[in-house]
Amino acid sequence: MMEPNLTITSPSQLAEAVLSESGQNVNLCYQCRKCAAGCPISYAMDYKPAQLIHAIRLGMDDLVLNSNTMWLCASCETCTTRCPQEVDVAKVMDAVKITALRRGIKPAIPQVASFYRAALANIKKCGRMYELGMIVGLKMRTFEFFKDAGMGMKMFSKGKLKMVPSFTGALRTWHIFSRVKNIEKKNAAHNAK
Amino acid sequence: MTGKYAYYPGCSLHSTGSEYDVSFRAVCEKLGIEIEEIKGWICCGTSPAHCTSKLLSLVLPFENLCLAEKMGMTDVVAPCASCFARLKTAVYEAAEDPEIARQISEALEKPLPKSINVLSPLEIFGNETDMSEAVTTQMSDLKVVCYYGCLITRPSKVMQFDECEYPMAMDDLLRSLGITTLDWSYKTDCCGGALAMTRTDVVLKLTRDILDEAKAVGANAIAVACPLCHVNLDTRQEEVEKEYGTSYGLPVFYFTQLMALAFGVASDKLGLRKHFISAEKLLSGVGL
Repeated sequence: MMEPNLTITSPSQLAEAVLSESGQNVNLCYQCRKCAAGCPISYAMDYKPAQLIHAIRLGMDDLVLNSNTMWLCASCETCTTRCPQEVDVAKVMDAVKITALRRGIKPAIPQVASFYRAALANIKKCGRMYELGMIVGLKMRTFEFFKDAGMGMKMFSKGKLKMVPSFTGALRTWHIFSRVKNIEKKNAAHNAK
Repeated sequence: MTGKYAYYPGCSLHSTGSEYDVSFRAVCEKLGIEIEEIKGWICCGTSPAHCTSKLLSLVLPFENLCLAEKMGMTDVVAPCASCFARLKTAVYEAAEDPEIARQISEALEKPLPKSINVLSPLEIFGNETDMSEAVTTQMSDLKVVCYYGCLITRPSKVMQFDECEYPMAMDDLLRSLGITTLDWSYKTDCCGGALAMTRTDVVLKLTRDILDEAKAVGANAIAVACPLCHVNLDTRQEEVEKEYGTSYGLPVFYFTQLMALAFGVASDKLGLRKHFISAEKLLSGVGL
């Protein structure tokens, strides 16, 4: 009779993807739910952080990648600081976002992904964040043209928003972005092998 | 301390949080602390970078640390909580993982600085032995709650800053200048940060919780060390009041503004007019 294999292995490819993206092993989680209890935004999430981690372990790709949990994460790092197993939960959230975007899944909260894109496009072009330009870029992506218009006007009148971008280090930043992209492409090809 | 610090203001201190920049410089001047802005600094990438590319989120901070090294400096001061966290995270990650350090160096086409120290102004000022001599204005009527927010203390493994669940650095600093600070339970609770741009409802709720607690313990002002916290607590305060039918009228100061006021810097030199919630009444009450 063959000895049964008693080694517990993770069949979840999603857990592997999270591990390679963030270095975080979600299989260490024993569901104490401190992350969910401390999360200031868990009230608005469809799955609490501990549930999302459990679903990653079970390989429930559709549930995880279509959830709104990671898009609501404000990266406050409370979960990361409190996890008794030292799982960096906030990094797991980043890894899930990156995986979802890479697989072309429409984010459950598209405005958040639009905000990231608008901000990065702005930094890449200007070197330093040019808030006014970033806000316009965000509105072009979300079509929420009148959101916060009143507040924006008041900020502008108080001199909190700059009229013109600085462009200091803009070209240098643009080159840095392209080199990072190349290295990531190389890494992806290497991982696929 | 006599060493010179490389100053990384970051994008916010050049725009929405320019009063943090002005007041930080004013305090340094009063205390004789030498700072020099990093030439050609670029954005640290903040949340949009680490939410979409780990490598990019480490490369952007390191470009700035390399620039500081080029100026011959090893101590970098970053007042913005988010910049402070991103710079420290980059140093931490590169030290932990030689392969990621190699990739950062490859992306920047230069070697990484061998020894570099990233500091918050709270640490620099906290190291000053005796500041009470510099105090010219007693602001004993102020009752301040210190709001540290998330990123100065978290993740504690990386930040190594104070006690992550109940920090005292800002309280100790302000108390040493004769300003009363109160105990409260929302020191490090999140304000929602950049979600203000996209899920304003979340930010309004979290900000309301913070303002409620500040009011409940009897504070008449809030001190912060993060430009994003400032935007959410000050700029959105009226919106919170409207949404929840509450009334706070709590002025929100950068802690450096309070320090500068205690050192006798004129209040019109500290960008206080840029705040949405006016501090005029409160400050006239304490004799400013």
